[in-house]
Amino acid sequence: MRARTKFIIGGVLVLGTVGYLMASGIKETGVYYLTPTELAAKVGSDHSFYDVGVKMGARAVKGSIHRVVASQTITFRATDGVQSYPVVYRGLAPDTFTDEVDVVVEGRLQPDGTFRATTLLAKCGSRYEAVPQRNT
Amino acid sequence: MTDLGNIALWIALLIALWASVVGFVAGKTRRPDLMRSAERSIFAVWGLLVIASAGLMHALLTHDFNVEYVAAYTSRNLPVFYTWSAFYAGQKGSLLLWALVVSTFGSAALLVNRRKYPELMPYVAGTIAIIVVFFVATMVFASNPFERLGFTPADGRGLNPQLQNPGMVFHPPMLYLGYTSISVPFAFAVAALISGKLDTGWLHAIRKWTLLSWLFLSCGIVLGMWWAYVELGWGGYWAWDPVENASFLPWLTMTAFLHSVMIQEKRGMLKKWNIGLIVGSFLLSIFGTFITRSGVISSVHSFAQSNVGWFFLVFLILAAVVGFGLLAYRWPMLQAEAKLESMVSREAAFLFNNLILIVIAFSVLWGTLFPIISEAVRGTKVTVGPPFFNQVNVPLGLFLLLLTGIGPLIAWRRASTANLKRQFQWPVAAMLVTAAALGLVRMSDAWSIVAYALGAFVVVTVAQEFVRGTGARHRLHGEAYPLALVRLIGRNRRRYGGYVVHLGIVMLFAAFAGLAFKSDTEVTLRPGQSVDVKSPYGYTYHITHQGISQYEQLNRFVTAASVDVTRAGKYIGTMKSEKRQHLDSFGNPTFEPSTAVAIHSDLREDLYVVFAGAVNGTEEAVYRITINPLVWWVWYGGLVLAIGGLITLWPTAQGPTPVSRRRAEPAGYVAQVGA
Repeated sequence: MRARTKFIIGGVLVLGTVGYLMASGIKETGVYYLTPTELAAKVGSDHSFYDVGVKMGARAVKGSIHRVVASQTITFRATDGVQSYPVVYRGLAPDTFTDEVDVVVEGRLQPDGTFRATTLLAKCGSRYEAVPQRNT
Repeated sequence: MTDLGNIALWIALLIALWASVVGFVAGKTRRPDLMRSAERSIFAVWGLLVIASAGLMHALLTHDFNVEYVAAYTSRNLPVFYTWSAFYAGQKGSLLLWALVVSTFGSAALLVNRRKYPELMPYVAGTIAIIVVFFVATMVFASNPFERLGFTPADGRGLNPQLQNPGMVFHPPMLYLGYTSISVPFAFAVAALISGKLDTGWLHAIRKWTLLSWLFLSCGIVLGMWWAYVELGWGGYWAWDPVENASFLPWLTMTAFLHSVMIQEKRGMLKKWNIGLIVGSFLLSIFGTFITRSGVISSVHSFAQSNVGWFFLVFLILAAVVGFGLLAYRWPMLQAEAKLESMVSREAAFLFNNLILIVIAFSVLWGTLFPIISEAVRGTKVTVGPPFFNQVNVPLGLFLLLLTGIGPLIAWRRASTANLKRQFQWPVAAMLVTAAALGLVRMSDAWSIVAYALGAFVVVTVAQEFVRGTGARHRLHGEAYPLALVRLIGRNRRRYGGYVVHLGIVMLFAAFAGLAFKSDTEVTLRPGQSVDVKSPYGYTYHITHQGISQYEQLNRFVTAASVDVTRAGKYIGTMKSEKRQHLDSFGNPTFEPSTAVAIHSDLREDLYVVFAGAVNGTEEAVYRITINPLVWWVWYGGLVLAIGGLITLWPTAQGPTPVSRRRAEPAGYVAQVGA
C-alpha cells in the first residue's frame, strides 16, 4: 500500500508539473486566430490589440500579390470576403503561396491598418485533394 | 473495370454486413457452421476489395479520365511510378486502400489464430466486419472512387508536384498500414470483453499485431518527416502540425501498451489499463482521420473538407461507446493479481513510463484541439504552436529517456542496493562524464546537455546488457563471442530487439537535441559572390553562387541555381537547388512552382540550400541556407528502431518460452545465468 501511495504522489507531481507547463505554455505562446472581420471587431473595441501578435486566416486577393525579390518583401491583400487588410511580409514565401490561396499570417496589425506579418503559411488544401472542375 | 470495381464494392458491403451479424451470433451460440460462414465472408470481402482495387488501378494506368478520381489526380505525362501512387493520393482511393488493408489484416488474423482461440475468433470476425462495413459504406455513399464524370476530359489535372517524391510513395501506405492494422488488436479486445475470456490468451494473440502496427506507424512517421524535410523546403522535419500530431498520438498509446503489457504478463497487473490503451489507440487512429478530413482543425496540410469527416466522427463515437462500455461491463473481472511493492522496482519504472507517454499524448491532443476548446469556452480561437509543444514535451521526453535506461535493468518487485549498484554504476558514470565533457566544451544549451548525458546513460545500459549476456554465453557454452552475440539475440528476440529499439530512440533524441543549434541565413548573391556561414562545430562554409540555368526536364520546366561550397577551406562540392514549374501534356504550366532543395549531409550536420528565386529575371539569386546539425541521426535512428522492431517481431522457432527460461529473465539476463 505504501508503494502505491508513493506512486500516486509521484504521479500527482508529474501531472502538476505538466499542468503548469501546459497552462504557462498556452499563456505565453497562445495566439489569437482570427478572421479579418473578427480582427477588425477586436481592435475596434480594444486598442491594445494593436500590440498583441495575432494569427489571421484569410485568402490572398487575386492579383494583389506584389513581390520584391531584392528586399524579399511581399505585399498582398488578405480578405475573408467582408473585411480586408493589406499585408506586408518580409521573408521567403512557401511555394504554395499564390493568388486566391488560403493563408495564415502571424504578426501585428499596425495602427495605419497594414498587417505586418512575421510568418506566412499558405494552405495546400486544394492541392492534396484537388477540387473537381465544375463544368456546367 | 470500374463497373466491376463498383459492383465489387457493393457486394463487399453486403457480405461484410452479413459477417458482422453472423460473427456475433456465432460467438454467442458457438455454432461452428455460422463461425465458418463469418470467416469465409471476411475472406470473400478481402477478395472483392482486391478486385475493386485492381479496378481502380486499371483505370489509373489506362488513363480513363472519365473517372473523376483518375482525372483529378493523374495526367498523361505523369511518370508511371507516381500514377501508381495516385491510388492513395486522394481521399477516395485512400478509403479503398484502408478497407483493403483492414480486410487483409483481418483475414490474416483469422487464419493465424482460429485454432488457438476458438472462443474469440467469431467476435474478432464480427468486429473486423463492422470496421470494413464502415469504410465501404463511406465509399459507396459519400466518396466513391469509381464515380464517373458527365464528360471525358482530354487530360487529367495531374498529381501535385509535392507528392511526386519517392518519400510520398511509401509514407502514406506505411501510415495507413499502421493506422488500420490496429483494428486487429481492437477486435481482439472487443472479443475478449464480450466473451469474458480475459486471461492472458488474448494478450499473447495481439502483442505481435500491436508491435506490427507500431512498426508500420513508426516507419510511416519517419518517412513523413523525411519527405517534409527533402521536399517542402522549410528546413525542418517536424512542425507539430495537426496532421503530424494525429499520427503521433496513436504511436504514443501503442508504445505505452507495448511496455505495460509486460507488466500484465509477468505480474497480472494493469489489466483494465491495457484494454483501455488498445481501445484508445484505435480511437485515436480514427480520430486522426476525422480531424484531418473534416476541416474542424486548420492545418497547413489540410485535405479537402468533406462530409466524410462526419462519417468518421459518428464511427469514432460509436467505437468509443462500445469499447469503453464493454470495459465498464467487465470491470469486476479485471482485478489486478498483484500490488505494487516498491517504488524502486521495474513495475514502478514501467508505470511512470506509461504515465509519461499518456501525459505526452494528452498534452499533444490538448494543444491540437486548443483552437476548438478555446472557441467553445471563451468564444475566440486561440492557437498554440511549436513553442507550446516543445516547452511541455522536452522535459517529459527527457524523463522518458531516463526511464528507457532504468526500466529494462531494474529488478522486478523490489530492487536491492546490490542490484542497483551492479546495474547502474557504469551508466551513471557515463552520464556524469558526458555532462562534464559537454560542459567543458561550453555547449550552450542546457536541455541538450541533459539529453546527451541521458543518452549516454541509456547507451551504456544497453551495451552492458549485450556485453554481459555475450560473456555469459561464452563462459557457459564455450561459444566464440560473435556466435554468442548472435545466439543471445536470437534466443531472446523480444528482449534484445527491444534494446535495439531503445538505441534507435537514443539516436532520435540525439538528433532532436541537435535542433537547438540550427541556424538560418537568407542572402542575395550575384554570380561569383559568396557568403560565409558558421557551423556550430566552429568551422566555416564558404558558399559561392555560380549562376542560374533553365531547361526542360520530364514533365517540368526547371530553373536551377548552383553554388560551390568549401568547408574549412576544403572544396566539398557543387550544390544545385531548383525551382520547378510543372507542365501539363499541352506544355502549359500547372500547379504552383515547387522547390527542390540541395542537401549536403554527413554525420555531423546537413547543409540545406534553398533557391528562393531570381531577382527580376537576372542571374542574381536569393538563397536560404540552413545548417541543420545531426539530421542524419533521425533517419538512421528510425532505421535502427525498425530493425529492432523486426528482431522482436521475428517468430521464434521453438514456440513459447519454457517456464524455466523465463525465470532467468528478471533483473538482467546475466544476474541469474552468469556469475
